[in-house]
Amino acid sequence: MPRRFSNNSSNDTTTNSPSSGKGGIAIKAPSVKSNRLAQLFSSSPKSKADSQPTLAASQSTGGNNPNNSPPPISSASLSLPTISLSTATADNPAMDEMPTTLFQPPTPEEARRQAKAHAQFGVIGHPSHRYSSRHPGGVFPEPVMDEPPYYYLLTTYISYLILIAFGHVRDFFGKRFREENYRHLKPRNGYGALNSDFDNFYVRRLKLRINDCFERPVTGVPGRTITLIDRGTNDHNHHFYLTGTTTDTLNLSSYNYLGFAQSEGPCADIAEDTVRKYGIATPSTRAEAGTQDLHVEVEDLIARFVGKEASMVFSMGFGTNATVFPALVGKGDLLISDELNHASIRFGARLSGASIAMFKHNDMKDLELKLREAISQGQPRTHRPWKKILVVVEGLYSMEGSMCNLPGLVALKHRYKFNLFVDEAHSIGAVGPAGRGVCDYFSIDTAEVDVLMGTLTKSFGANGGYIAADKVMIDKLRATNPGIFYGEAPAPAVLMQISSALRIINGELVPGQGEERLQRLAFNSRYLRLGLKRLGFIVYGHDDSPIIPVLLFNPAKMPAFSHEMLRRKISVVVVGYPATPLVSSRARFCVSAAHTKDDLDRVLTACDEIGNVLQLKFSTGIAGGALPPVEEMAPPPEMEKEWHRKRSATPTPPRWRIEDVIRRGVQDVKSPLY
Amino acid sequence: MDLQETQRLLTEYLHELAHLFHRVPGSAIFLRYVKSSYQDDPIRSAVELFLFLFAVRYLLAPKYSTKPGVVPLTEDEIDDLVDEWIPEPLVAQPTALEEMEVEKRMVIVGPVGPKSKLANGRTVNNLCSFNFYNFNTNESLKEQAIQTLRNYGVGPCGPRGFYGTQDVHMKTEADIASFLGTAACIMYSQAFSTISSVIPAFSKRGDIIVADKGVSFAIRKGIQISRSIVRWYEHNDMEDLERVLAKVTKEQARKPLTRRFIITEGLFESYGDMVDLPKIIELRLKYKFRLILDETWSFGVLGRTGRGITEHQNVDAAEVDMIVGSLAGPLVGGGGFCAGSEEIVHHQRISAAAYTFSAALPALLSTTASATINLLQNSPETVSQLREFTKAMRAQLDPRSDWVYCTSAPENPVLILVIKPEVVTSKRLTYEDQQYLLQDVVDECLANGVLITRLKTLEDNFQPKQVVPAGLKVCVTIGLTKKEIEKAGTIIRHAITKVMSKKK
Repeated sequence: MPRRFSNNSSNDTTTNSPSSGKGGIAIKAPSVKSNRLAQLFSSSPKSKADSQPTLAASQSTGGNNPNNSPPPISSASLSLPTISLSTATADNPAMDEMPTTLFQPPTPEEARRQAKAHAQFGVIGHPSHRYSSRHPGGVFPEPVMDEPPYYYLLTTYISYLILIAFGHVRDFFGKRFREENYRHLKPRNGYGALNSDFDNFYVRRLKLRINDCFERPVTGVPGRTITLIDRGTNDHNHHFYLTGTTTDTLNLSSYNYLGFAQSEGPCADIAEDTVRKYGIATPSTRAEAGTQDLHVEVEDLIARFVGKEASMVFSMGFGTNATVFPALVGKGDLLISDELNHASIRFGARLSGASIAMFKHNDMKDLELKLREAISQGQPRTHRPWKKILVVVEGLYSMEGSMCNLPGLVALKHRYKFNLFVDEAHSIGAVGPAGRGVCDYFSIDTAEVDVLMGTLTKSFGANGGYIAADKVMIDKLRATNPGIFYGEAPAPAVLMQISSALRIINGELVPGQGEERLQRLAFNSRYLRLGLKRLGFIVYGHDDSPIIPVLLFNPAKMPAFSHEMLRRKISVVVVGYPATPLVSSRARFCVSAAHTKDDLDRVLTACDEIGNVLQLKFSTGIAGGALPPVEEMAPPPEMEKEWHRKRSATPTPPRWRIEDVIRRGVQDVKSPLY
Repeated sequence: MDLQETQRLLTEYLHELAHLFHRVPGSAIFLRYVKSSYQDDPIRSAVELFLFLFAVRYLLAPKYSTKPGVVPLTEDEIDDLVDEWIPEPLVAQPTALEEMEVEKRMVIVGPVGPKSKLANGRTVNNLCSFNFYNFNTNESLKEQAIQTLRNYGVGPCGPRGFYGTQDVHMKTEADIASFLGTAACIMYSQAFSTISSVIPAFSKRGDIIVADKGVSFAIRKGIQISRSIVRWYEHNDMEDLERVLAKVTKEQARKPLTRRFIITEGLFESYGDMVDLPKIIELRLKYKFRLILDETWSFGVLGRTGRGITEHQNVDAAEVDMIVGSLAGPLVGGGGFCAGSEEIVHHQRISAAAYTFSAALPALLSTTASATINLLQNSPETVSQLREFTKAMRAQLDPRSDWVYCTSAPENPVLILVIKPEVVTSKRLTYEDQQYLLQDVVDECLANGVLITRLKTLEDNFQPKQVVPAGLKVCVTIGLTKKEIEKAGTIIRHAITKVMSKKK
């Protein structure tokens, strides 16, 4: 049966097509010449162990001459080619080969400073590592949701059953022999139990086991790298103690999309000047005396940036959503929300007093059905028409990596006359050729969206949230929004971080840098996504999304993946139930403009190894990652049969070798990834 | 085809069917069961047959909506309805009060200090910010903040659960806990969102909340979203509280034990007065309620070293289950916190929405809060100086003014001035009239170089409605000299007199 054969071909070691590499770990060739960045990075005493994959990765990016690289972002790196600290010491034998007369090695001080700057924001490896994030036109595709073989689903359910069964057994004995541990779950001295035994079960018996993957303490800047504070536990994750050491890891966990988390450079300089000039905080609410010239300036900047008449800023993104809905909708209004909307939206919606309906994630047909029913039936029981309908979606969903179908929503809006609220918490700065969010990405006039909300925490490396809309609406909200009346005003340094980041993005400050950041982010997102697909992982979300969830399924693979990544000095976020559906536990990569291609190759190499060990490569190929039909990849005669089958409708599971993924990544990244 | 033929075919089919039936595994058992049951208990067979037929009918019945009152409509009718439907605009026209609110917005140019420059170029005495100790422009605090900025950048770029927990956050949490004398503490990234998240993290549907009628907006939102059973007691009325507690206890005596909470504030946001904490503690212990105390306005203000109402009224902080406070006001940091036992703090790290779903606090605001707590702890004279200035300001206003009185506690540096009830009745002032008058007072003060504000409140959609009386808010700061404070007090008093006496 040919079909059976094609499914098994990944195990067939005699074929040498790229799809036959399952189980093959990249062979690390001894590195002769390595990228200076990799050298720098690996010279840090704490990250020696990770140098191997990096070197292997950088070695394979041939033609990547550091001297040819374009003007890098940090002005410090404009100087002579740097050498790492270890080679700069006089007693190092490597010095003998160095033609020291050719260039002056930087002082240790300067080298340290540069190493720090590069650890926060990497220098672009090659000018081709850029891409512009933009919807290519045509129908916006639904993201393909690949499914693993039933075996993995079954074992996932069994895993949860075992976990639950063990949990109950342990509870059974625990409640009898270790009563003191259960005291807070039982009524005591006439007080009700603080937590319900049932609600607490998941936390106590499931989450506790993998607690060391969450709330890992960090220090320093969450830029390209992040410094974890090592910790240990003596009581099975109940408490942690700090071991006193730290680990530098590659950061794929922070929402630092444009790499503005920096303690050096123009943003930090401006923030510092602001603290000197303005003090630390704005100790008042916005409505009373918490509006400074900075607030007005930033509000104008944001409004211009997102393409609306006016905007307002708040000191917390969650609080922005939690307070804006009561000011927009109320009794007699209907709020239709995407089922995967963020908790803050649900929080605000519940407070608003409006009726709430939900539609299936990103499903425009379901939304249309809901709209038709709502408009034709009116309010429940009374059948009076709804006063207004507000549809609330997110620009980019943080757990799925999918973008909202804005063209579809706008088409429906014209027909059904609802108001549209887009939460751009993750998409602002992160998508669109100019970084202006989903409207920019889809080239849709911002007038089509009534309210644009976003956070300033993510792409801009600051804190807080904003709401942008027409001036009339903003003026009304200024007088009715609880966040303005009671919430503390954003601090001056935070505001100027926002303002400087925005001005860099739109080119007013350090021209060219904003564009580079945007394009590097777009390239990095696509590069990593494509690489993971080709390696055989199931990846959710749209091509241009910088959030890349890799599906793990079995719950035990969450800690395993996290630990294995940490062992390779990469920090990732793993999420499971209840943040995701029970079966689809996942690891989430957040790509940043601060990453270089070498960093991503390091991630891909690590994923390749871990994917083999943990059996994570189970994509069927329907979501892309197969070989593009190019002449140079024409098959040898003995494989012609398989080659044709591959091009036919049945997709072949992509199982590329890591070397091929890295070799072909840059050129293929610019074509559609499906 | 005649009858016989039909009969023959029928028996043939029946035969065939019976044959097929016998071939199905387990059919013999079924047959034996039916036979014996028919013989032994024919009624049961009849019932079973009926159930079988009912099941068949149910499965074959057409689907129908479970929503009550859905009117079936054709697609064309729906299209017409969609065409006809005209929604209201997303926001309504602003009311006159709201227009005034936007128009009179004060913009400060430059730093917020005891003397602030306004957008019109004038420098005024700022009695409007919560910068009581003038920490905002303290040079050594600024240096520390810059140092943090140079080590951590500005934003932490992630929620606490995912690599957003920085060592500075852990330190500030430990600092607050040791300052207050509680076992643990958790930090949120906005003070206003803190209590609204703390309440629903513990109090769920079916739990009981007994709350003061005068609690702040944020608390009301927290209670609203918790969907618990709420009983209100008259503002700061301990007898009424006892009555409510006794009633709740009696009502719930036969029901399973649920969580019960008393929620109140240390210094009230809307009135400025102080709670009688020892009495509340006594009652809570008597009736076995947990106590959630919002110290947003008392933390950093009351007590010898600013520890809050627990220090001021000599109550052990451990007697209060949850102390919620702000780091954003006088402490010039940012965010809020909740201090309590290990269990209470740990539970919030998983289930408090504003903690789990929000980005962490910027490091420089966190370290500033730590530093200002340290400053307060080491220099109690700062706190006593504030109290002295507050007294000086109050002396200019409360007993001396014929028009307003101060509802705030004498120790509260936020003086809330409300028009005397006799004035309201004699001049027949509506709520709107009062707001306009008070805005005139604010403008008059501004003309004389003193920045104060109206007490700004919002109505919400939560029942029962809370009506906060219109008022003025004067915030004392030790950044000014005592003379300046007294002079500002006089200016405010005169402005009130001028505006009020003009009103017919």
